[in-house]
Amino acid sequence: MASQSNSNTEGTHEVIDVPATEHGAGFPPFDSATFASQILWLAITFGLFYWIMKNVAVPRIAGILEDREDRIAGDMAEANRLKQETDAAIAAYEQALAEARNKAHGIASETRAKLKADNEARRVSAEAEIAAKVSAAETQIAEHKSGAMEKIEEIATETTSALIERLLGKAPTKTDLTKALKTALN
Amino acid sequence: MANDPIHQFHIQRLFPIEVGGLDLSFTNSSLFMVATVAAASVFLIFATGGRGLVPTRMQSIAEMAYEFVAGMLRSSAGTEGMRFFPLVFSLFMFVLVANLFGMFPYFFTVTSHIIVTFVLSMIVILTVTIYGFMRHGARFLNLFVPAGVPAALIPIVAPIEVISFLSRPVSLSVRLFANMLAGHITLKVFAGFVVSLGAMGGIGVAGAILPLGMTVALTGLEFLVAFLQAYVFTVLTCMYLNDAIHPSH
Repeated sequence: MASQSNSNTEGTHEVIDVPATEHGAGFPPFDSATFASQILWLAITFGLFYWIMKNVAVPRIAGILEDREDRIAGDMAEANRLKQETDAAIAAYEQALAEARNKAHGIASETRAKLKADNEARRVSAEAEIAAKVSAAETQIAEHKSGAMEKIEEIATETTSALIERLLGKAPTKTDLTKALKTALN
Repeated sequence: MANDPIHQFHIQRLFPIEVGGLDLSFTNSSLFMVATVAAASVFLIFATGGRGLVPTRMQSIAEMAYEFVAGMLRSSAGTEGMRFFPLVFSLFMFVLVANLFGMFPYFFTVTSHIIVTFVLSMIVILTVTIYGFMRHGARFLNLFVPAGVPAALIPIVAPIEVISFLSRPVSLSVRLFANMLAGHITLKVFAGFVVSLGAMGGIGVAGAILPLGMTVALTGLEFLVAFLQAYVFTVLTCMYLNDAIHPSH
């Protein structure tokens, strides 16, 4: 490429500020006569640029980015703190709710037990009362029954005695009558 | 003359300065170095002037550039590498802005001269070497003896490593220089076809559409190359700096 462009350059240009005669290469990037100037000016400009970057631009951008990072980290920390507070409040509320529920449950079951015990006691006493009444009635019935039986015997004896007296004209002896009635009634 | 693709690389003296027979003139190249530095500095300083917690668009670009380079350096050289951040950031911004300035018509491309890219890569290599020896002393030479290589192979491997180390400034500078040079020449050649075909009249004008399209496409490509080469230069710088910090692979 260099040789081709070389002929090209020489053909079309006569005005080249930098003399390209002694090094033969008309190709400007390989023209060593310009090297010193380029090195010097690159050193000056790049050195200055480096100084500006190192002392002004880089610290400034780094500062901006750091500030932003700090701010974001601060905000995140604050948000986390608030979130934890909220979580704690929710936990406290839920605990209180659970406690209240337990308490209500306790009261309900206590009441239920009490009512059940009361009912049971009432039932037991009522049953005892009924049983006493039943037994009293039963004794009474038995008494009545035995009384009635005696009366029946008495009446039967009197009736039988009266009947026999009417029929035979003569009252039977008491012992005979009793004996006969017993056989008949039993 | 307008069609000469090499013309754009010519260095012209603007203020002739000569010291002891050495030509130190302020040239168009120097002018564009100054312009590059001025543009990059002014942009970075004014964009970040507000120090906004919520960045403006300009500040956001400056921050992106910062974080882009910081990310590159941190991922290849670790947190310790951040001490070289001002240098790496300066190199990236300088090369990027110089490359992008080259995309303006009639502007001089500072990075299309091998001496400029060579000086920039020498800054990198000298930083690596000096810092490496200062920090690790003779242990810096472990760089040339990869860990885990059998002792018998070291006489073969070590020279290869030395050669690869020495060729770094060359490859670093030639890559950037050649990309910028070749891109600008190609662009100029295709644009030249448009002019010379257009001068031929009817059929020529029709035929000029193809190189015109090529020129447009190449312009896009060159913008990509301008960024990409700044990126590549910076990435390699970061990797070389990593060697200075951690010489044993």
